[in-house]
Amino acid sequence: MSAGVTIVVDGVPRRANADATLAASLFAAGITAFRRDLDGRPRAPLCGMGSCFECRVMVDGVANVRACLEPVRDGMQVETGK
Amino acid sequence: MTPDVTVIGAGIVGAAITLRLAEAGLSVTMYESAFPGGGSSGAAMGHLVVMDDSPIQLALTAHSCRRWRDLAATLPADCEVDYCGTLWLAAAPEELDGVPRRIAAYAAHGVQAEQLDERRLHMQEPALLRGLAGALFVPGDGVCYPPAVARALTARAVELGATVRLDTRVTRLAPHEIVLADGSRCAASTTVVAAGVHSAELVPELPVVPRKGHLVITDRQPGMVRSQLVELGYLQSAHTFASASVAFNIQPRRTGQLLIGSSRELVGFDGSINRTLVAAMLERAQRFVPAVSGTRALRTWTGFRPATADKLPLIGRWSAMPDLWVATGHEGLGITMATGTADLIAAGITGSPPPVDAAPFAPDRPMTPMQEEHG
Amino acid sequence: MRRARHVDLVVIGAGPAGLAAAATAAERGRSVLLVDQGLRPGGQIWRHREERTLPTVAHRLMARARSAGVKIVMECRLVDVLSPNELVIDFRGRIDRHQTGGVIIATGARERLLPFPGWTLPGVVGVGGLQALLKGGLPIANMRVVIAGSGPLLLPVAATVARAGGRLQIVAEQASGAKVRRFASRVLRDPAKLRQAIQYRWAFRGAPFRTDSWAVRAEGDERVRAVEIIEHGRRRTIACDWLAVGAGLVPNTELGDLLHCQVTSAGIVVDHQQSTTTPLVWAAGECTGVKGDEAAMLEGETAGLAAVGDLPAVNAPERQAALEKGRQFGALLAETFAPREALRELATPETIICRCEDVRRGALESGWTQRQAKLYTRLGMGSCQGAVCGPACETLFGWTPNAVRPPLGSPLCSEWASGLGSDA
Repeated sequence: MSAGVTIVVDGVPRRANADATLAASLFAAGITAFRRDLDGRPRAPLCGMGSCFECRVMVDGVANVRACLEPVRDGMQVETGK
Repeated sequence: MTPDVTVIGAGIVGAAITLRLAEAGLSVTMYESAFPGGGSSGAAMGHLVVMDDSPIQLALTAHSCRRWRDLAATLPADCEVDYCGTLWLAAAPEELDGVPRRIAAYAAHGVQAEQLDERRLHMQEPALLRGLAGALFVPGDGVCYPPAVARALTARAVELGATVRLDTRVTRLAPHEIVLADGSRCAASTTVVAAGVHSAELVPELPVVPRKGHLVITDRQPGMVRSQLVELGYLQSAHTFASASVAFNIQPRRTGQLLIGSSRELVGFDGSINRTLVAAMLERAQRFVPAVSGTRALRTWTGFRPATADKLPLIGRWSAMPDLWVATGHEGLGITMATGTADLIAAGITGSPPPVDAAPFAPDRPMTPMQEEHG
Repeated sequence: MRRARHVDLVVIGAGPAGLAAAATAAERGRSVLLVDQGLRPGGQIWRHREERTLPTVAHRLMARARSAGVKIVMECRLVDVLSPNELVIDFRGRIDRHQTGGVIIATGARERLLPFPGWTLPGVVGVGGLQALLKGGLPIANMRVVIAGSGPLLLPVAATVARAGGRLQIVAEQASGAKVRRFASRVLRDPAKLRQAIQYRWAFRGAPFRTDSWAVRAEGDERVRAVEIIEHGRRRTIACDWLAVGAGLVPNTELGDLLHCQVTSAGIVVDHQQSTTTPLVWAAGECTGVKGDEAAMLEGETAGLAAVGDLPAVNAPERQAALEKGRQFGALLAETFAPREALRELATPETIICRCEDVRRGALESGWTQRQAKLYTRLGMGSCQGAVCGPACETLFGWTPNAVRPPLGSPLCSEWASGLGSDA
């Protein structure tokens, strides 16, 4: 059992496990569109290990952060669907 | 059947020439060692820009840009022609001294240009560093995506009856024929060598050498930069490294990605990445556009500009060999000048009046040998 | 930007090969820096949230590395190399240049993902990708999962899904039954492997395991809802919440390219001492060819011995024989689980091939080269720089992947520039 942290996803606070990746936490929070492609279609993690760049989200104002490599941090501000 | 003209090279210059000759009703066969636009054209920034380092250059670029305007409407979408204009930035007030003269020179060629003060400059390009002295704005300049353009021009030439042989390297020119890498010989009469930096392999003593450049492309940043940005002081740039130099240049692409340049060095055909120059390019880019710091660098690459000692291209007859024409040496203006070059070559071959005076581009004009640049 | 201290060796990748290499070299008295972009050591195969869940061999290796004094730094991305002696490394956004006496590349492998209609839907993940997400804390309980991939990886991933409460619908292996049986009869002579296979299969006993089966289309809108599979020649559609696909593994050779090592699409080329063609650069594990974790550990250890100059140990006949067995196993894997012809024909003209730039199959001509496709369509020019579409196009069209250029991993321009800049 691990401690919980609070991350803010698209303005909504969500609980997340402190040792989870941001990608897993976003799925747990019900996010399916991590980013959108050139036609606006939703994209989400594919390779889970940082190679494919499909899981890009904005974290604390920095764009194109790979959620599958990013640890969750208490208070992190995440924006998805860009 | 011997074609009227044989063109060697399907870069943007060769493709434009082939199309122009086909439009003029001549039978053309084009040979390309790989695929259209795969050489220097594939590495290039793709700007369509009026430049006046000299009146001759101004005449050819102004004419060429007019011809690009006509052509642009007919090109497919993947050619990404975008008339975003060029902003020549003055970091210091004295860099603006020559601007009024330039505006007048442009106007004489029907090219609109205006001087912007710092306030208007900032309104137009909010991402720019504050406190620049001002800029020269040329709204009619544009950008394109050269590999797609070379491909489209080649395809159009084929529609008009040109024969195109790809994956076919020409290794030697001989009287009345050309020799291919597989040893076979093809009949040729009038031949145009538009092989860019490789032209001297076919035409010994052709005074063209590769001037290497680096480019970096970023991730998509829609709306961050609107026009092409170049520093006015680039010719006098003090940021040199031994025999290399770096100047600030950012181009927004249709995708929203930023193309960051530029560097110049004479190192033969060594295409390896020079990290020192890349670092200097990126630092300069971040200074002029601070938001570049927050963009991601996806990739860097190098390309070779076909360069001449007097900074003018080689367009015309090569008198050392019969029926031989050359069209190369455009250095950083190959994409821009492709249309004007095609017009000059076509005029020369068909005996028609050239659109601009062709004499300054004579390939066998006297030229001092290329010197290593000094820091 | 600060320049970090000199170390004797930098090992890139903290999976079985990297841990073994680092531990070995450190035990011989070298100063070793082991870096990895993940959150915890172990690479892909030993990915974990709690160390107690790891197999014994992993525990032992990590303990060896730590007690030998290996400096292990996670969340580290290699951005660029200035030479085999100077690496530019990004640790959580801070760029440092590391001076080193030598480099051991242990960057592992990634999944080969072949395009098919609907593969870009959220919820369609790699088989290894699903494993990574689950180990990263993805909740899967009560969700319907279809696994349609290839290779030994299917078993542990299926077991992980089942143990996490996922409702596994089917585990589909695209290789033929005959090939899989032949493979199993060779590998499962080893009692330990047989025991492990039985444990995995028991864990997901509720779901069928089918050879000669693969996914042909994913359906859904905002996420995948169902998958159409071919199962022994018959098509059927299975409702699902997650679809894990894959067609084997490809080695991560990019760092080898940057260090000017000889590289093929089968891996970084190494000799019997795990030396690459670049002096002072060794490579070990899956990045030299996919052969499994046992071979990876052995190769890592060998590279560590070679890097400290213990050539008698490297050249010892038993070691060389074991390394050869590892390579043979790799050849067996490649032959058994090679993507079948049918997988190359799943993409329709509308199917996206380059996911970063949305380049569809219809925009590509199979007679092109990879470079031609890149220049004409932007294929491979996006964020992943061909990591996904490169192996896909190699399988689909036989194209040789494009040259690798720096930087790696899309660093911020400011970070990369500061890492490259000369010290004042």
